[in-house]
Formats: sequence, C-alpha cells, structure tokens
Amino acid sequence: MIPKPFEYHSPQSLGDAVAMLQQYGDEAKLLAGGHSLLPMMKLRFAMPSHLIDLNRIPDLAGVSESGNEIRIGAMTTENQLIWSELLQRKLPLLVEAARLIADPQVRYRGTIGGDIAHGDPGNDHPALMLTLDASFVLAGANGERVVPASEFFLGTYYTAMNPDEIMTQIRIPVPPQGTGWCYAKLKRKTGDFAAAAAAVLLQMKGDTCTGVAIGLTNLGPTALRASDAEAALTGQPLTADAIEAAAQKVMAICEPAADLRGDETYKTAMAGEMFRKAIRTAMERCTR
Amino acid sequence: MSQTVKVTFKLNDRPVEVLVEPRELLIHTLREKLAHTGPHIGCETSHCGACTVDMNGASLKSCTILTVQCEGADILTIEGIAKNGELHALQEGFMQEHGLQCGFCTPGMITRAYRLLQEIPDPTEEEIRYWMAGNLCRCTGYQNIVKSIQYAARKLRGEPVETSHPLMGEKAAQSEMAG
Repeated sequence: MIPKPFEYHSPQSLGDAVAMLQQYGDEAKLLAGGHSLLPMMKLRFAMPSHLIDLNRIPDLAGVSESGNEIRIGAMTTENQLIWSELLQRKLPLLVEAARLIADPQVRYRGTIGGDIAHGDPGNDHPALMLTLDASFVLAGANGERVVPASEFFLGTYYTAMNPDEIMTQIRIPVPPQGTGWCYAKLKRKTGDFAAAAAAVLLQMKGDTCTGVAIGLTNLGPTALRASDAEAALTGQPLTADAIEAAAQKVMAICEPAADLRGDETYKTAMAGEMFRKAIRTAMERCTR
Repeated sequence: MSQTVKVTFKLNDRPVEVLVEPRELLIHTLREKLAHTGPHIGCETSHCGACTVDMNGASLKSCTILTVQCEGADILTIEGIAKNGELHALQEGFMQEHGLQCGFCTPGMITRAYRLLQEIPDPTEEEIRYWMAGNLCRCTGYQNIVKSIQYAARKLRGEPVETSHPLMGEKAAQSEMAG
C-alpha cells in the first residue's frame, strides 16, 4: 500500500502553488487533507508525478461572517466545522452533516474544500453546497473567480475547476431566521459513504411551506438538487400527502450506481426515506 | 525515481531526523526507521485506527499521512504516554477494566482516547462511543473499552477510582511506602 513515486512540493503561498500547477499541468495533484487522494494513490487509482501540498499556505482555513454571508476557508477541517460556534448558530445543517462524515481521526484532516473539489458524488458537502446555494472562490493565474455550486458539479470526479485553479473559499448565504434544517444519512457503518442521504432547508408560515431546498448525496453521477420536489412543496400546506408526492419526485431524479451498499431500487427507495426523515425533522425545527 | 528528503520532527518529546522518499507513509517511518512499533498496521486503509498517533494536538491515522508532511511536527505515540515509569491513567484504566484482549488495537485506542479526554474531560458514554468511532476492536465488544476510558476520565479529573488489579495494588503500596 505504497504510492507510486512522486515529487513533493510544499508551497508557502497561494501564488507559488498556482505557479506550480501551471508548470506541472495534469501531472500534478493538490494535497489538502489527503483522506481521499492518499488512499487513491495507495491503490494506484491516482498516480501524480507531482504532489502539491496546500497545508503550509497560511490563511486558507477558518470560518468568518461577512454581511449576510458565511465564508469558510477551503482548508477548514470537518472537525473545525463541527466546533465552530458561528456555524452552530448560523448554519447548523453544516455542523450536523460534518458530524456524520467519516470518523474522528479523518475529520481532523479532511477539509471542506477537498471534499467539494474532489467531485465525488459520495462526498457529503456537494449536496449540502447545492442545498445552501453556496458559491466557491477559485484562484488561478488570472486572479479569482466565483462559481455557484449549481454550475460546479459536472460529473463524477469532474467539476468546473480548471486544472490550474485552487479552491480557496466557500461562501454561503445565511438562511433566513427560523429556517428548519436536517441532513439524514443512511450509512452501513461509521466511515462509510452514504447509501443515500438527503439535506433539507425549510421555511414555513403556519402549516405552509414558504421555501424549501433539497439536496441528495450519492444518488447520481453528481450530487443532486431536487428542484421538482421543491416546486411541488412551495406554497403548499405540508400535509402527509404533499410530503409523499414530493418524495416520489425526489426518487424520480435518482440514478444511483449499484454497489455493495445496494442496488438501484434499494438506494432509490432509501433516498425517499431519507427525504421523508429530513423534511419531518426540518419541520420540527422550523420557527413558524 | 524521486529523491529522498530529510524530515525533522519531535517524537515523544525527542527531536528525530529521518531520510525518506516522499511517498513513505508515517506509520512505516515510525515502525521501520524509528523502532516505534507501538502504532500497529491493521488495515492500512484509514479504517481501523490501530495506527493512530497524536500530531500537533490531533489524533491521526498514521497510514494516511506522508512523513514529508510531518516536517516540524510534534508527534506522540503510545511509547510516549507513560511518564517517568508511571502508567498514564488510560493505561491503568485499560488494565483495571479489561479494556483489551488480544491488544492489537490498544495502542491506537489509548492514543485516541488521550486526545478525546483533553478535548472532553467529562464525556458521557454516548460521547465516548461517538468520538472513539474511528478505532475498531474485534475482541472486546467495546463495553470494557468504554469503562476503561471512563475510569481514566475520573482519575484525570481527580476523582477517586477503585483499583483491584494486582500490579497496580503493588505499585500503589510501593509508592505509599516510599512516600
């Protein structure tokens, strides 16, 4: 279980890291927390000739608030997300989800930026980012650009990032006061990817849904946003029938890959179940 | 072929210097170059936690970090947990409460629990189970591991603990006589 030989680089600044990416092109890989990349390198699914370690670049980690927006450095670890008081108050969905990712040791290393930029539909942050209407700051040779999550995930391990770009920050608008939230994740054991998972953000007035966002993990080639289900619920009273109709719309967009976690039928059924669980919990947490 | 790189870090409070290929994993450096065989290789795929060490105040699976990433780091392994010949409260707890059977997972368990008790000195059973979930044991069923950590937590908080293990009894008697 030893990776193929490579040259190791440890740039001290973002500029140096971008320059290295330009120099080495697709021979290079960026190393963040390393808990997806190193296992892939050990199995020789990834064999970069140059490894560019982002861990020595200052100011890429941390959580802050800017106006009505939360800004999270791409190198912020899952463990830092969990213990962030700001996130606990303003984005409890992210904290709840981070607690369900991997295991304690992995969460000390694994980063939110790495989780997103990897483009794996089994990772949890992509669906959360879609649900939260996040956007990503990408730094390249020509400066920065900001890409919304809805335009970022193009396929499995395939994102809108250019090969010479580095994700530096995640920007998330703070949901309105009183928003209910839930991330429901079915997994076989601690550390496993989701067999199916659903994220829900919900606003209500009385019994009526005034706004809802639904994201799905590991149920297609990319994370999914269940727009049809959202449209069906918005403006409607959240009755058992309305929720069931939305669950059918959630399941209709699922195209999971069969694997040891289950076949397509099972995973699709579990997507519906995770959605039902998530929206019921989100309703309980809504201030109406 | 990539060249070897010199890496220096602190291992159990002592400075060490090693020459490694960039692809070398920390667990291999510890076991093969630095004769620290306490951290074990269970799965080598960051699942089992037997290779857990403490680095810069965080628990880490040493099969999933490159040694070159550890330049300047402060690393603690099971070999550094006991101080001045005195077992750490966790080591005592694992003896007292039978927290191990074959012992293969124990160095990783204790090293992980060491960090957990720094962060949460008074954990509930549920918290212990949640924050120890990165370490697998195939013997004990975890019940006694939880009790061992609860024992250590009590002792570290300065609360009385009951010791019936013969070796610890003797040790306690000796230190009483010396005192």
